[in-house]
Amino acid sequence: MIPIYYFLILSAVLFVMGTVGFLIKKDLITQFMCVEVMLNAANVAFIAFARSASSLNGQIIVFFIITVAAAEAAVGLAIILLVYRQKKSIKTEDSSLMKG
Amino acid sequence: MIDIFWLIPLVPALSTLILAVFGEKLPKKYISFQACGAVFISFLISLYSFLGLLKVSPEEYPIVKNLFTWIHSGNFQANLSFQFDPLTAVMALVVTAVGFLIHVYSIGYMAEDRSYSRFFTLMNLFTFSMLVLVMASNLVLMFVGWEGVGFCSYMLIGFWFEKHSAANAGKKAFIVNRIGDAGFLIGMLFILVYVGSTEFSNINNAVAGGSLSHGLVTLIAILLFVGATGKSAQIPLYVWLPDAMEGPTPVSALIHAATMVTAGVYMVARMNIFYTTSETAGSVVAIIGAVTAVYAGTMALTQNDIKRVLAYSTISQIGYMFIGCGVGAYAAGIFHLYTHAFFKSLLFLAAGSVMHALSGELDMRKMGGLKKYLPYTYPTFLIGAIAIAGVPFLSGFFSKDAILTSAFAQGQYFVWILGILGAVLTAFYMFRLIFLTFHGKERIEPEVKKHIHESPPVMTVPLAVLAFFSVIAGYIGLPVVLGKNVNWFDRFLAPIMHKGHEAHLTIGTEWLLILISVIVALTGIFIAYFFYLKKPSVPHTLVRRFPFLYRLLYNKYYIDEAYDYLFVRPTLKGSEFVYDKFDINIIDGAVNGAASGTGFFGKVLSFLQTGFIKDYALVFLLGAVILLGLLIF
Repeated sequence: MIPIYYFLILSAVLFVMGTVGFLIKKDLITQFMCVEVMLNAANVAFIAFARSASSLNGQIIVFFIITVAAAEAAVGLAIILLVYRQKKSIKTEDSSLMKG
Repeated sequence: MIDIFWLIPLVPALSTLILAVFGEKLPKKYISFQACGAVFISFLISLYSFLGLLKVSPEEYPIVKNLFTWIHSGNFQANLSFQFDPLTAVMALVVTAVGFLIHVYSIGYMAEDRSYSRFFTLMNLFTFSMLVLVMASNLVLMFVGWEGVGFCSYMLIGFWFEKHSAANAGKKAFIVNRIGDAGFLIGMLFILVYVGSTEFSNINNAVAGGSLSHGLVTLIAILLFVGATGKSAQIPLYVWLPDAMEGPTPVSALIHAATMVTAGVYMVARMNIFYTTSETAGSVVAIIGAVTAVYAGTMALTQNDIKRVLAYSTISQIGYMFIGCGVGAYAAGIFHLYTHAFFKSLLFLAAGSVMHALSGELDMRKMGGLKKYLPYTYPTFLIGAIAIAGVPFLSGFFSKDAILTSAFAQGQYFVWILGILGAVLTAFYMFRLIFLTFHGKERIEPEVKKHIHESPPVMTVPLAVLAFFSVIAGYIGLPVVLGKNVNWFDRFLAPIMHKGHEAHLTIGTEWLLILISVIVALTGIFIAYFFYLKKPSVPHTLVRRFPFLYRLLYNKYYIDEAYDYLFVRPTLKGSEFVYDKFDINIIDGAVNGAASGTGFFGKVLSFLQTGFIKDYALVFLLGAVILLGLLIF
């Protein structure tokens, strides 16, 4: 059996990739995909723990996360589309209305 | 049959309400009818209750009608309750009788005024307030009436508020009265604290039972008297009354001569137990009254404004009433109040009739020889002047003599001498007024002379009625020399007046005092005759000989100016200073500072808001790391 820390390392690597990607990328679609990566990193960790603990709880939470991710994708893409219509750009630095 | 007396103040109150709400829309005829009718009904009820009172035995005084409990808080209770006793009966009759005649007179005098309904609303409101004042059975309700008449006085002095001087005179009256009211209020609070009740019967019992220390009684008496000096225009708070002549003449007659200004005298008489118990307070009242009587009389000597002469004469006469109250002869003081109400309102109304005839002229230097133009006003004016001068057989003689005799009997010789001096002055300035106005050669301006006319009957009939009473009113209080029990007035009031130590004069002394009064009055009249008819050059010579004295009197001892410098200006300066420095800098500064401080911090904090998602995400991550760190370590 593959030891659990392999999965955890994979999860950590994916999460850091997602975070760093979110922070350094400048267009919304990419950042959005980075968020998906982070969510799936969490999924991997949950599955691994569920498997090693022989409990279904972790798997159920994963289902919830996938559902939330799907909903998020729908809403997020719609927002991005609207931002594009308004600004003709999906670069984050072009939409800074919250600047004080 | 007496138990309907509590309706007396309510009839004018109802009328006031109707006039205040619908007055502008009602026709003038109806307004006059209702306003006069309400006061007349009050008068009839007063008369009815008075007749009922005569049948009640003195042990049952006062008859109290408690309508409801008005204030109840802790130990303190004040009722809306009216009382009826001889003193109230006299006051209610004077207020409603004189008030009714003046209301009728006003129909003619105010006929052309465009604020006709406002005038009658306020007159009725005044009658109501005055009746509350004299009928209240406790100090709190009395204070309501007290303030009510003050308010009406303010409104009516400033009735022609387009005129700057009238508006100012109204303010002056109100503010000066407020100073007196402060004294009254403090006195009332003392009574409330030490007696625990403001009902007159309880106060009387407490003071008579000796539960208040002597010093406290004196203090309360003096404080209440401060209130009286404000309302009744005595030294040092008399300054508002001459200026109050800016109001319409019927107002001067009703409020500033016959009724409201005597409220202070009424109050002192009502609280007579204090002034009997504390001789110090009694002497203060008598001396202030006597000094005022002479002092105001001297100021009346040089005035040329017909109404101002009468105003100073009112101050002087109220001084006499206070002499009476101060020496313990409360009945004599009230007696003078009662006779004064008739002849002084007569004089004012007759003066109003003169003004009416001369298109509003007030300056006596522009009158003279009016006798033949005003066949009704002249005789009535003359009767009023004779009555006030103290010529025998008219009302003023009996009341003034009763006061001076009491002062002499009590050994207050200083007060008596001042009183006699005041009597000479009174006779002199009243006849100066008569001679300058009605006799001598005409000094009327030609333009005015074209319109000269006698007043309509609606004005002259009240004059005639008042003149009639000015003659006969004194006969209910005949001096003691004519018999032991002829002073009905004294006996009527005796049950509610607390006698100090009695002092009797021999019949010979009494006659001598009466003789002195008569000589004094006739001397004053003769001097006036000599100065203003016989040798009109004498006054001018005197003015040239004593220019300083003349200027001092003409400018009313510069008291107005002195008050202006001492009190009015420092107050204004102080207010301006406070406004400039404190209000603008500190109060406004604090408010504006709070606003701009908030704005400043907002600006500083807004630098954190870059609007870039990355920055927010970074902060978010940082926060998550810190939280995680806290959880783990």
